Amino acid sequence: MSILMDLATPIVMGILLGGLYSLIALGLSLIFGVVKEINIAHGDLVILGSYFGFVGLTFAGIDPMLSLICGLPVFFGIGYGIQRYLLNRAFRISMDATLIIAFGISIILQNTYQLIWTPLSRGLTTSYSVESFSAGPIYVPLVYLLDLIVAIVVMIFLREFLKRTYMGVAIRAAAQDWKAAQLMGIDTNRIYAYTFGIATAIAAIAGVFLGLTFPFTPLSGMSFLIIALGVVILGGMGSIAGTLVAGIAFGLAQTIGGYFFGVSAQMLVAYTMVLVVLAIIPRGIFGR
Amino acid sequence: MNGNTILKVNHIDVFHGSFQALWDVSLSVNEGEITAIIGANGSGKSTLMETISGLLHPSAGTIEFEGKDISGLQPFEILDLGISLLPEGGRIFPDLSVLENLKIGSYNPKARSEYTRNLQRVYQLFPVLEVMRARLAKSLSGGEKQMLALGRSLMSNPKLMLLDEMSLGLAPILVNDLYKALREIRARGITILFVEQNVRRSLVEADSAYIMETGRIVLSGHVDDLREEAKVQKAYFGT
Repeated sequence: MSILMDLATPIVMGILLGGLYSLIALGLSLIFGVVKEINIAHGDLVILGSYFGFVGLTFAGIDPMLSLICGLPVFFGIGYGIQRYLLNRAFRISMDATLIIAFGISIILQNTYQLIWTPLSRGLTTSYSVESFSAGPIYVPLVYLLDLIVAIVVMIFLREFLKRTYMGVAIRAAAQDWKAAQLMGIDTNRIYAYTFGIATAIAAIAGVFLGLTFPFTPLSGMSFLIIALGVVILGGMGSIAGTLVAGIAFGLAQTIGGYFFGVSAQMLVAYTMVLVVLAIIPRGIFGR
Repeated sequence: MNGNTILKVNHIDVFHGSFQALWDVSLSVNEGEITAIIGANGSGKSTLMETISGLLHPSAGTIEFEGKDISGLQPFEILDLGISLLPEGGRIFPDLSVLENLKIGSYNPKARSEYTRNLQRVYQLFPVLEVMRARLAKSLSGGEKQMLALGRSLMSNPKLMLLDEMSLGLAPILVNDLYKALREIRARGITILFVEQNVRRSLVEADSAYIMETGRIVLSGHVDDLREEAKVQKAYFGT
């Protein structure tokens, strides 16, 4: 009984943390599902979202969540531009070329962050970042709860957008058969650019909540990319529900693993779980 | 049938990489008529269809639609002008619902404004699609999938429909249904250019036909004349 009581906090924390992981992975999954690119720079774009919140907070005292109002269109534009002017051109050479360009973008971003914001660790400290609540033996920081709620809200919005709008249905059509999509009058290059823009806007949201939850440095993007890749593979590439479930599974494996084997084994446990699941269901939990 | 030329292909060469798939191909399609392209596997029929719809581009020659050169345009621009292609195998979107497939058929802005009217017409033509509108397209039978592909093509409000082997692999009774639908589509004033392997069927359904062999057009004319042509008799009917 006491072990269950002790486990209650890691379980709740794991689920909530999973919300953040799935939010970070969502954009990566969307790009992979539609454009079939592995966006190596996704983690760095997430961190750009964290710095965006940081700048607004430090220089203008704007709440990081509020700064997203102006951040979302800016990040959409950045993502749109990356796909339209860089990756759509690389497509014509090969898919490997898109991977290398994304890798290049990743390195450029990391170094730019170091230049502007120095390698120091930063965080988004607000009036509510120390708030927490407890229910019985469980103690939970407020921002962790926000992570999960925001992840679910973003996923519902994305799902409804993909279901109800012409653009959304066109994005799904292009993901399933790009050639047939072109024959339907869909400019697939434009659709890819829009998809990348939407994914980058989601990265900005993820970045702000990452910054509220954890400290970050110019190089943090890479470690979160690795987590996001694990989540995307585990969830079945391109599936929204799969991303949420896998994010939570990943968060749980990490916190419960940490409870039993210590902090240093957190990632080891999480990735062992990814390997075991893939050995049993190679297409991921919700894979097609 | 007013006999105006709506589509004119002038001496095009098309390559797949270094392999030349079409050699000096020319044809013309009259407005309001059904034109057939007949040939065996690998004779370049699908390549010709994909070139007209802009998926491939000719390295020589031109394609004119309603007097405008379209040979350098992208597929979505060509669809905008009023040419739709039903590709080989139908290629419906398996994980979209039947209704979503039809909706995406009317993606271009001109067709979008006539979505409701076109949807009613498609449902009239294929009532089964209305019944199954909420189902995922991948759950349909082979014949229903092809009806969906045809309906989806119609949703773009085309002036000219290109149909690549729409009856391939279907039971004869379903093929009859599809050709019946085709005649109704034609009665609405839509011009049709279709590709077939079945020579007898083509020569019955079409007004005129082109016969292709290894990337070249070897014979063309009105179907009545082609039926009498000794070469056709020998090559395709074995008499």
